[in-house]
Amino acid sequence: MNNDLLFDFNVDKAAKTVYITREFNARQSLVWDAFTKAELLDQWGAPAPMRAKTRYMNFEVGGRRFYAMISPDGQEHWAVQEFTSITPKTNFKMYNTFADKDENRDLPGSEWDYNFSEQNGITTVRIAIFNESLERMERLADGAVKGLAAMFTILEGLLPALAQKA
Amino acid sequence: MKQDIFQAIADPTRRAILTLLAIQALTPNVMAEKFDMTRQAVSKHIKVLHECELIKPEQSGREIYYHFNAKKMQEFDHWLAQFRQNWETQFNQLDQLLTTIKEQE
Repeated sequence: MNNDLLFDFNVDKAAKTVYITREFNARQSLVWDAFTKAELLDQWGAPAPMRAKTRYMNFEVGGRRFYAMISPDGQEHWAVQEFTSITPKTNFKMYNTFADKDENRDLPGSEWDYNFSEQNGITTVRIAIFNESLERMERLADGAVKGLAAMFTILEGLLPALAQKA
Repeated sequence: MKQDIFQAIADPTRRAILTLLAIQALTPNVMAEKFDMTRQAVSKHIKVLHECELIKPEQSGREIYYHFNAKKMQEFDHWLAQFRQNWETQFNQLDQLLTTIKEQE
C-alpha cells in the first residue's frame, strides 16, 4: 500500500540532526490536522503494538501536549511537547522532553521542526530532530534519537571494515 | 541496551580504536603506538570499551589481544533498524487513517 510514497531517513552528525521525509496521499490541511490534533495523533502516533494517549494538548505557542506511549504490558512512558512556533498549515516547532506521570520534565530534550508542503494532491512532511548534545546520551529513553546519531557516526567507520570481513 | 555504549562511542579516539579493531585484533602496546598515546591513556579507553562489551580480550601467549565484538555491533544495528521501522509503522498507520477520513468526507 502506498509504496510509491517517499520515505527518507537521514542523520547529519555534524549538525546533530535527524531528518525524516515522508509523502502522504492527502491534501495538506488534512495531514496538518493529523499531526496537530490530539484525537488524530492518538490514532497513529505510536508504532503498534504501542499506543499513544494524550492527556491534554494546547496547540498554541507556549502550549503543551502531555502524552504517554503505552506498551502492550500497560507501562506508560510519558513525554511533554512544548510548542515553540506555529505557522498554520505549513510549519510548527516543538521541544520534546521525557517526563514522569506528573508532568515533571527530564531535561534536556530535543527540538523538532515540522514542515508541510503540497504538490498535486500529495503532501510532503519534512521533520528535523535536533539534539543539543551528542555527548549527553546517558538515557536510553531519549536515546532513541541521540543514540541514533551516534550509531551512524560509528557505523560509518565500521561498516566498510565489517563488509570486508564478511 | 546499556547506556554505557552511548558514552563509549561519543569519544572520537574510542571510535577510531573500534574502527581499527574491526580490521584486526591488537595489543594495548600496538594501539598506543598507532595512536601516539601513552599506555595509560590507552588502558583507560580499553576499559570503557570493554565494560560495554564492544571489545573483548583474548590471551595469546604473553600478550593480550583485543578483538572487536561484532555481535554487540549487530545489536546496535538491530536497534537502529527498529527505530527506523517504528517511524515506518507509524506513517503506515497514518496512511490508513487519512484514507478513512477521506472516505468519510
